[in-house]
Amino acid sequence: MTDTPEADATFQLDGHDVPFEPGQTILQAALAAGKYIPYLCFHREFHPHGSCKVCTVKVNGRTGASCTTPARPGDVVESETEEIRDLRRHLVQFLFTEGNHFCPSCEQSGNCTLQAVGYDLGVTTGHYVPLFPNRPLDASHPEVLLDFNRCILCELCVRASTLVDHKSVFALSGRGIDKHLVVNAESGRLADTNLAVDDKAMSVCPVGVIQRKRRGFLVPIGKRTYDERPIREVAVDREKEA
Amino acid sequence: MTSSLEKAKDPTGLRRVVIEPVSRVEGHGKVTILLDAANKVHQVRLHIVEFRGFERFIQGRPYWEVPVMVQRLCGICPVSHHLAASKALDRVVGAHTLTPTADRVRRLMHYGQILQSHALHFYHLSSPDLLLGFESEVARRNVVGVLAAYPELAKQGVMLRKFGQEVIRITAGKRVHGTGSIPGGVNKAVSEAERDELQRALPDVIAWARTGVALVTELFAKDRATYERFGTVRSNILSLVGRDGKLDLYDGVLRARDADGKILFDGVDVQGYDALIKENVRSWSYMKFPFLTALGPEAGWYKVGPLARIQNCDSLGTPLADAARDELLAVTPGKLVHAPLAFHWARMIELLHSAEVIERLLADPALLGTDLVASGPRGTMGVGVIEAPRGTLIHHYEVDEQDLVTMCNLIVSTTHNNQAMNEAIREVARQYLDGHEPTEGLLNHIEVAIRAFDPCLSCATHALGKMPLEVEILDAEGALVERLVREGEHLG
Repeated sequence: MTDTPEADATFQLDGHDVPFEPGQTILQAALAAGKYIPYLCFHREFHPHGSCKVCTVKVNGRTGASCTTPARPGDVVESETEEIRDLRRHLVQFLFTEGNHFCPSCEQSGNCTLQAVGYDLGVTTGHYVPLFPNRPLDASHPEVLLDFNRCILCELCVRASTLVDHKSVFALSGRGIDKHLVVNAESGRLADTNLAVDDKAMSVCPVGVIQRKRRGFLVPIGKRTYDERPIREVAVDREKEA
Repeated sequence: MTSSLEKAKDPTGLRRVVIEPVSRVEGHGKVTILLDAANKVHQVRLHIVEFRGFERFIQGRPYWEVPVMVQRLCGICPVSHHLAASKALDRVVGAHTLTPTADRVRRLMHYGQILQSHALHFYHLSSPDLLLGFESEVARRNVVGVLAAYPELAKQGVMLRKFGQEVIRITAGKRVHGTGSIPGGVNKAVSEAERDELQRALPDVIAWARTGVALVTELFAKDRATYERFGTVRSNILSLVGRDGKLDLYDGVLRARDADGKILFDGVDVQGYDALIKENVRSWSYMKFPFLTALGPEAGWYKVGPLARIQNCDSLGTPLADAARDELLAVTPGKLVHAPLAFHWARMIELLHSAEVIERLLADPALLGTDLVASGPRGTMGVGVIEAPRGTLIHHYEVDEQDLVTMCNLIVSTTHNNQAMNEAIREVARQYLDGHEPTEGLLNHIEVAIRAFDPCLSCATHALGKMPLEVEILDAEGALVERLVREGEHLG
């Protein structure tokens, strides 16, 4: 323990004191303290993005993304309220209905962050009318399959490819409802990029867009990431181990 | 061999009686019957009114997704589709021979599936007719009624199904729609603890299965005239048999016999199924009508399923079930049994057989192995055939160099029995309805005949863009005002 004011600083999260270090966001501090706040586009190795809004909390009565909001001493943060959970549930339902998410036959099922967050928030239906967009697969790469049906536009692959792999294989194109993931090749085909299977971009997708080919369903039910424990336990433990 | 009641010579003025939905079967179907003023039957048809389209939307998906996706065809026998697809795709990944562990785990999964599905069908769906009476009070003619009248028997049915579901859970990861089988093998073996758990339950399971066989044998003996005659139509039969000629529900070669039991073909590699079988379409059903190519659509239709396969093979290869089979074959010595109600008998014999096979598999140390997946030179197409609870199930896929499925053809057990079911209900209509005012009880006779085949109607409707359509507009007297037809293709 130190006696600097910053080191002793805490904010309140759902009535509990949460300590934080200078520069931490609410989400980072909460996870470090073992308190789960759902998120999709956040990744501890990348600068917060704040686009999915699933980590939205109320700070002193105003809503904001907890992954981009700096922790401040004395702030009162609400996360596990019915109002906030309801808001998050609708955001996740938007994502389910904007893409084509067929969990029953998806190889990412059981390892999928979107599915796990959906379970955490009590999503039992898509609620909204599905858009059923037509998004053809890109199977051109000999080792990697791109299934755009599952993309939630978190840009983690874009960030990983640019900042870690220094390749810029992925980008988002279009605006609004037409925004979509593209690959950086004149042909538009993944096979014509320099993506390699050990790139960071291969391992950050929270859904099932970027898949190693011919590995689907190799892990049996019971051994998948979220089979035994819910994401609110897995995410907090992952943070501890990091 | 197709009967005259498929199409009325002149539908004008005939009364249309509809059974919709057909109850206590999987999926949605209806029966239409055209009667004249004297209640003489002029036309009887089993229509499959739902449409699924799996053959089309599997196209463009990666092949490793297929065994998991296609099992959603069905909630009763998903394992059959899971395994048939895996078997077809084994060839795509070059796994022409599985590891011993993968072979045993898949077989265990399959026989667990046969056991639970047969238990579900007999105890939950069909026993109300057989135990309470075809014309018994309709409000009680269901599994709750059986539970009230025969509580111990109903409990045994529930427990048998539970055991089969546990076998599936242990091998596939979930009781319904698991992921255990993958192209080239399996993703898990069986642990010692799981094996021991199943072995502990087996003595009861075998005892209950024997009780079930004894019950159906007794039912048949008590009212032999009805059971032998009810909806009986002669036909060819088709099934897989093991390479040694014994019953093998997981793998083997194709064998067909004519209605007298004479072998039509035998030892045929399943990869060549499409030369043996073609499919026809009718304007009034979403379900296709397969036939043996060599005999043509009129004479070439056939039966599949328990009654076909226990007579098609040389023996069952397990002692208790073989003894029970001998009793069934003694009904018409030297001839095939064609009675639809004998399907129930055959089904319970297969249930007992499955329990005996499970006992053998659980004693096999290969079940606990660690070598789960095989591979070899990559292929581009594969056919997987399995004997599903309801009969021969054929999955056929083509896969491109990018690993995506380009073609899918499914010939589902129930589809094979389409003509046989139609002919059986026409025969029942002749036997029971002709000249009588159709009451609920009489109409249930039609459903009893359909249920004997244990159809899975939702499994059986997949073709897209191939089916014919016929729209008839009739006036109040039933006279045809207008008829619109889109012709279908002859498939196969």
